[in-house]
Amino acid sequence: MSAGAERVEELILGNPTFSQVTNEIASPMERRPGPAWWGAFLTAASVLTLGVVLIGYTMSTGIGVWGLNRTVGWGYDITNFVFWVGIGHAGTLISAILLLFRQRWRTSIARAAEGMTIFAVLCAAIFPLIHMGRPWLAFWVFPYPNTRGPISVNFRSPLLWDVFAISTYFTVSLLFWYVGLIPDLATMRDRSTGWRRRIYAFLALGWDGGTRTWQRYEKACVLLAGLATPLVVSVHTIVSFDFATSVIPGWHTTIFPPYFVAGAVFSGFAMVITLLLVTRKVLGLERYITASHFEKMARVLLTTGMIVGFAYATELCIALYSGNRYERFTFENRAFGPYAWAYWTMVACNVLVPQVFWWARARRSALVLFVAACLVNVGMWFERFNIIVTSLHRDYLPSSWSYYTPTLVEMGILLGSFGLFFTCFLLFVRFAPVVAFHEVKLTLAEQRETPHAVR
Amino acid sequence: MPSADRAVASPPGSRRRIHTLAFDDPSRALAAVRALRADGFEVDDVHTPYAVHGMDEALGLPETRLGLATLAGGLLGAGVAFGFQFWTHAVDWPLVIGGKSPLALPAQVPVSFELTILFAAFATVGTFLARRRLFPRIAVTPPSQPGPGVTDDRFVVLVVERDAGFRPARLRELARELGPVETVEGWRVM
Repeated sequence: MSAGAERVEELILGNPTFSQVTNEIASPMERRPGPAWWGAFLTAASVLTLGVVLIGYTMSTGIGVWGLNRTVGWGYDITNFVFWVGIGHAGTLISAILLLFRQRWRTSIARAAEGMTIFAVLCAAIFPLIHMGRPWLAFWVFPYPNTRGPISVNFRSPLLWDVFAISTYFTVSLLFWYVGLIPDLATMRDRSTGWRRRIYAFLALGWDGGTRTWQRYEKACVLLAGLATPLVVSVHTIVSFDFATSVIPGWHTTIFPPYFVAGAVFSGFAMVITLLLVTRKVLGLERYITASHFEKMARVLLTTGMIVGFAYATELCIALYSGNRYERFTFENRAFGPYAWAYWTMVACNVLVPQVFWWARARRSALVLFVAACLVNVGMWFERFNIIVTSLHRDYLPSSWSYYTPTLVEMGILLGSFGLFFTCFLLFVRFAPVVAFHEVKLTLAEQRETPHAVR
Repeated sequence: MPSADRAVASPPGSRRRIHTLAFDDPSRALAAVRALRADGFEVDDVHTPYAVHGMDEALGLPETRLGLATLAGGLLGAGVAFGFQFWTHAVDWPLVIGGKSPLALPAQVPVSFELTILFAAFATVGTFLARRRLFPRIAVTPPSQPGPGVTDDRFVVLVVERDAGFRPARLRELARELGPVETVEGWRVM
């Protein structure tokens, strides 16, 4: 790229007409799903069923069926919770933060990423719920008039902050997603007939595309983006407080909030890349979700990967430099103790793998992107596993030192959460436009007006 | 939708003659709105498949004050959250936890922050939907929408005959110059 030359990259290939945009994005919803969709859906639904059965087994027997012990009270369950909350962050980053920064490349991928956020937060919410052991009493976490005093919840507990953070995040994400969908549901309404038309019409709220409505609509979206931006930063900050406000070596760390937020964006982008590579292939959306979109996401992955790597190094330095022997022991134990395999898996997947994206060829290769993104997902799951389990398994009291091994039940529930995630996503691509019609048309119009200086 | 930017008042429920000019190009629709308004016509609305930037200015619409609803919602959320936490912990059932004062303000920040955002988001979306009369409907076609094309690839300029001084002949003449792909004249209950 020569200095000073304005390089305009095409975000939508082949200059389609507006009605071509409508037809091509709507067609996956209007044709019968093929064997690929059914195969994926049945697999996801079966895995989800397995998860539901194992959760039922856990609830009826007690969480003693998990591998937790007296020393390691948090294992797979909380790891999965933090992992899934993190996955959701990329969706809000793409839909809200990139909107505020007027990044046009977000338009084709924002809808899918927002959907992913909602499904990921849904998956996340299951885990604290089942970790309670008696999920039918979960409503106790909310302050409501009760017969126990009435005594209210402890607002000074980070676990309660989580309740508010996660439920607000889910609600606002859902609201943002739905508001974004209204004009597109109107497009679907005007294309469909029969009962599908009735449902789309009901959900499109009588949208007529008037300029006054559009003006307020755009304002509402910018305001929501302005609200969602500090919200998304707060959510993983508050999740990190679950650890940072405790006095466990390895958890009691001031670096946690920014470290968790960067890690969340990192893992979320990895999941967006994984999902969209498959989605655009299966739905034939190569014109809208292009190599240039993936190139930009790979750059985000490289950047956030290095932030995460920097955080790992900082943690080690502080552990050495602080002179606190417990802190130092925890980090030595993390890298060279019984869970060293998990630590080095994390470092390899999160720090080394993204380095491949220094090369433009790697950023534009679907295969490299897919493999690297999957490895980052694995690495980020292990990051949370490391923080939680390796900090707990070596207690202050050597007599209670132990080793935590998950049971098949826990592994099955983790698998089941992936089943839920993919089931939701597959249903979403069947019934709602996975690429926003109106945003793509706006981008297309801007692209036509911009002179193509250097190509 | 009664609003200050609609200049001529008409009794609700009266039948009005309407003219629609459909374009297949946003810049032509923008040019048409400017030409019509320059010629003294009142353009009622322009229905478009996406938010055509500059269209609100071409129509002479004032800036929206939706941000005030967001601010009000946020302030309410913050007030409710801080107030409720203070009331439960310091007034209704004071509990000493970890030796902290009943009004441990820093510990109340996360919950208050979240509720500020939550209330502000609901206020924004609620106000937007209510003011634009957007609500779930059984009717499969909104009566205010000039044809299904406006959610696909049509940019439709709507002009309503509101008074006796309206010049339909001049409008037709202008329409020929502006080159719409389709012009329709009809009636609508306003």
